[in-house]
Amino acid sequence: MEHYNMNLTVKVWRQKNSKEKGGFESYPVKDISSEMSFLEMIDVLNEQLIRDGDDPIAFDHDCREGICGQCSMYINGKPHGAWKANTTCQLHMRAFKDGETVTVEPWRAGAFPVIKDLMVDRSAFDRIIQAGGYISVNTGNAVDGNALPINKDKADASFAAAMCIGCGACVAACKNSSAMLFLSAKVAHLALLPQGEPERKSRVLNMVAQMDKEGFGACTNTGACEATCPKEISISNIARLNQEYLVASLTADK
Amino acid sequence: MTWKQVFTSSVGKKLVMAFTGIFLILFLIVHAGLNACIWANDGGEMFNKGAHFMGANVVPRILEIGLFVGLILHIVQGLMLELDNRKKRSVGYAVAYSDGSKWYSRSMGILGTLILLFLVLHLSDFWFPNRAHQNFVLGEEIDLYAKMKETFSVLWVVIVYVLGCLSLGYHLAHGFQSAFRTVGVHNRKYNLMLVSLGLGFSVIVTLLFALMPLSFYFGWIN
Amino acid sequence: MLDAKIPSGPLDDKWTEYKGHCKLVNPANKRKLEVIIVGTGLAGASAAAALGELGYKVKAFCFQDSPRRAHSIAAQGGINAAKNYQNDGDSVFRLFYDTIKGGDYRAREANVHRLAEVSANIIDQCVAQGVPFAREYGGLLSNRSFGGTQVQRTFYAAGQTGQQLLIGAYQALERQIALGNVKMYARHEMLEIVKIDGKARGIIARNLVNGELERHFGHAVLLCTGGYGNVFYLSTNAMGSNTTAIWKAHRQGAAFANPCFTQIHPTCIPVSGDHQSKLTLMSESLRNDGRIWVPKKKDDQRKAIDIPEEERDYYLERRYPAFGNLVPRDVASRAAKERCDEGYGVGTSKQAVYLDFADAIVRYGKIEAGKEGNDHMSMEDIIVLGKEVVKEKYGNLFDMYEKITGENPYELPMRIYPAVHYTMGGLWVNYELQTSIPGLYALGEANFSDHGANRLGASALMQGLADGYFVVPYTLGNSLADEIYNKAIETSHPAFEAAEKEVSDRINVLMNIKGKQTVESFHKRLGKIMWDKCGMARNKEGLQQAIQEIQALKKEFWSDVRIPGSINEMNPELDKANRVADFIELGELMCHDALNRNESCGGHFREEFQTEEGEALRDDANYMYVAAWESKSAHEWNLVKEPLIYDVVKPSQRSYK
Repeated sequence: MEHYNMNLTVKVWRQKNSKEKGGFESYPVKDISSEMSFLEMIDVLNEQLIRDGDDPIAFDHDCREGICGQCSMYINGKPHGAWKANTTCQLHMRAFKDGETVTVEPWRAGAFPVIKDLMVDRSAFDRIIQAGGYISVNTGNAVDGNALPINKDKADASFAAAMCIGCGACVAACKNSSAMLFLSAKVAHLALLPQGEPERKSRVLNMVAQMDKEGFGACTNTGACEATCPKEISISNIARLNQEYLVASLTADK
Repeated sequence: MTWKQVFTSSVGKKLVMAFTGIFLILFLIVHAGLNACIWANDGGEMFNKGAHFMGANVVPRILEIGLFVGLILHIVQGLMLELDNRKKRSVGYAVAYSDGSKWYSRSMGILGTLILLFLVLHLSDFWFPNRAHQNFVLGEEIDLYAKMKETFSVLWVVIVYVLGCLSLGYHLAHGFQSAFRTVGVHNRKYNLMLVSLGLGFSVIVTLLFALMPLSFYFGWIN
Repeated sequence: MLDAKIPSGPLDDKWTEYKGHCKLVNPANKRKLEVIIVGTGLAGASAAAALGELGYKVKAFCFQDSPRRAHSIAAQGGINAAKNYQNDGDSVFRLFYDTIKGGDYRAREANVHRLAEVSANIIDQCVAQGVPFAREYGGLLSNRSFGGTQVQRTFYAAGQTGQQLLIGAYQALERQIALGNVKMYARHEMLEIVKIDGKARGIIARNLVNGELERHFGHAVLLCTGGYGNVFYLSTNAMGSNTTAIWKAHRQGAAFANPCFTQIHPTCIPVSGDHQSKLTLMSESLRNDGRIWVPKKKDDQRKAIDIPEEERDYYLERRYPAFGNLVPRDVASRAAKERCDEGYGVGTSKQAVYLDFADAIVRYGKIEAGKEGNDHMSMEDIIVLGKEVVKEKYGNLFDMYEKITGENPYELPMRIYPAVHYTMGGLWVNYELQTSIPGLYALGEANFSDHGANRLGASALMQGLADGYFVVPYTLGNSLADEIYNKAIETSHPAFEAAEKEVSDRINVLMNIKGKQTVESFHKRLGKIMWDKCGMARNKEGLQQAIQEIQALKKEFWSDVRIPGSINEMNPELDKANRVADFIELGELMCHDALNRNESCGGHFREEFQTEEGEALRDDANYMYVAAWESKSAHEWNLVKEPLIYDVVKPSQRSYK
């Protein structure tokens, strides 16, 4: 792998807090190594800003290994940047060329208000989970783990859905700011397992109701969510959710 | 879960779009099939027979009411969804995300609106004068074949019709498979099938409809 | 004197006896008892869920934007449990024994045995919650093996076991939030413990969004805030992982046990340059199939694939034939360092060794060819088949490696090097997980209790969930039973006021330094001191120097740090400054502890104390104790020794040969 250094212009959204209006600022950064991660480039820029007496750019990040789901930058017109199946923290600078201008924006959605600069409030996702994204089993009630064999294909499909990291890139990518991919991943994860059966119907109805209440848009199956998802959660989970919803609402008692 | 709750939820609204959409797809098959009779090249005899069956028979006329209900539901719900969805992002992006989805998948509202405008023209060209002639009951109809011939002798009308058909084609290219996803078809093998089927359907329907005005204009049929 | 409160009786019966006789709180009283939980990783989320289910009034705090982000999520490989589903001779005793031995005989027998006992319940609980563990075609749970053991007892969900377990615990927690039993405070950082009459009665937390300080009362406070590996700046910990909560507790009187016991994980992606902000682990499970080697020739410039088999040194297989590539982490890490220090390292930095899957690919390919009944398949086709199998097993890890390094590990061997990963040390706790401050508990990595001087792979997830789901619900009740007469204390109490003032003064001082150097630069310098002098190998002279350097760094920090912005806003630099200030103080204590322990054991390797073959040389006669440090003043500590008594296991020289 050939390594090289580059100079870039970073055009980034600055917004003091949720109440004030924001706008773009451009900053030059120099001698960025192609081996750096994108966030390490932002670190360099921030150190530069602090030394110059400016306010550093606030952004969410934590594990920096693509699993916690906290990092959330919309880079050059795509959530998490250009690489496929990737998070912002795992995007590396070899994806950029010397002299390039990189535009960085926060997730944009009414349900994800900006807290500061590139940080947004995604607590709506937690409330959607609270509406039913769990199996009601108190600690100590479990039977032996092998008492209930689960078809491997179903277990694998459930795992594939459960890989969602809750980053919100699907919402950021969707023209409707819909949270359907996030929601459907959880519904599919639990609906595919026998343990999820008892609450299967109430779960999907309540979670959809909560999603609507939070102000996310409706899904129009454009597929942008799937294309940007760092964990490649399949859009077919949304179809599964639709089916779950249809069955649950048609067979509901009231 | 009351009916109201079901059909006012985001998924419920989509279900309305999907069910009415699939219903309209079925209608398109009938419509295209009937209209294809013009190519019988018999001076419109077969075509007018078919049109007569649809216009002067009580069953198709009742179904027609259903069609309008479906159409209006699809339009109203579609426009409301589009406007509602647009409100969910108050501050837009400086750089749009465009390579994650097809342009026509993102433009269903605009395509639908174009189709609606086209429909106004189309209905006022054919359906409305005919029904008016019938006094809106099962009376005698006008010669629709002759009406077509007359309408499609004007160049701008032909162009508008072809553009209308194109809008319909792209609307279907997304709408067909999307409708089935929305009603819950999630198996990979069916989805793959529905995508190809949907694209094939959109192309064929677009071609069939677009060829009609063209055939008259260029005199491919007598 | 610290009383570990280990129940009497035979080891096998201690926990059962304890549960049978501990005090209980009736449901009506539980509603009146408030519990504060700081941190929402596996330990915190599981404790919050379990205590919420029991009916306590719980408040949970995390600094991330959601409890689901806690760093437990990054654990890759798996979770151990003594299920013996594989019929390969596993048992509670063996898991207990392996853990004690793996910890180099510096852990408490009673705690570890309890951990092994509840391990099986954890798997059952997680399965019931819908954690999608890997399964066999028959639908039953699958297992794999991990370092330091000879049985297959590790349950896993691809390379995302921690994520799946945390999501399970998170969902259980969210359910309790929905039921109103738990109130969640995300984007909050605990900055002080409030003590009233010698007991922990609450915390001062800072709302990170608006910078406001908040007072919260609790009849008990549980710290589940993870480890302090970020004291080294570069580690596999998340950027936000910090020591602040346990350090404040320590300064308020909680003893800090074995602070120098740090786990250096052998298989991490090597540092690529000065810009590096964190290190990424490649799961230990890779050592199941990957072979570790360096060239036999010093400073060999050839590419890995150009080095013929006979010129490769598979040093782990050579030195430890019985365990081979699956020796415990401390042993594997030191062996890698030894080779690199001797000049056999690879890559541009020469600070790396190879982890090679070529053999595994061929082996799996042949098995696949055999399944197809094709004995004459060409090597190329076999390799294609083998790569498929390896992809299925480790695909996500290989992808991650390629994203970071830009190299394809299916074609070239991975380059790896040890990195700071886990801290066995932590707040001293007794058998009930209570620290030396009454009412203050520490769970998971934040305490010191179960891993001795070295943690075996797939044991951290086990411990976090054991503490949260199955231990603290009993032990907390035992002391809260005495609290039912005590009403909640108003947060206008002078103790709360004083604690809040302390925090706010400290923040004001920090903000008013207005110096020249960034917080990050101090953190980097601290990390370098720690890694060079208190890292994988330590010696007396280096540690003494380190203490001097850290004290000087502390002075410099408090006179020249530059924090932009203001207090009452989202200010990540201020958050970081609060954390780094505590890391600096902790670093000094770690060096004192390492200096005090004149022996080598587990992850603590003092160069003066090694066998002729370069293995760790323990000194059981003088150091078979837990070193619990009590804070006396800024730079002075009092050492309290808790002797370790082995009734069942006979400590011996660890051998993995």
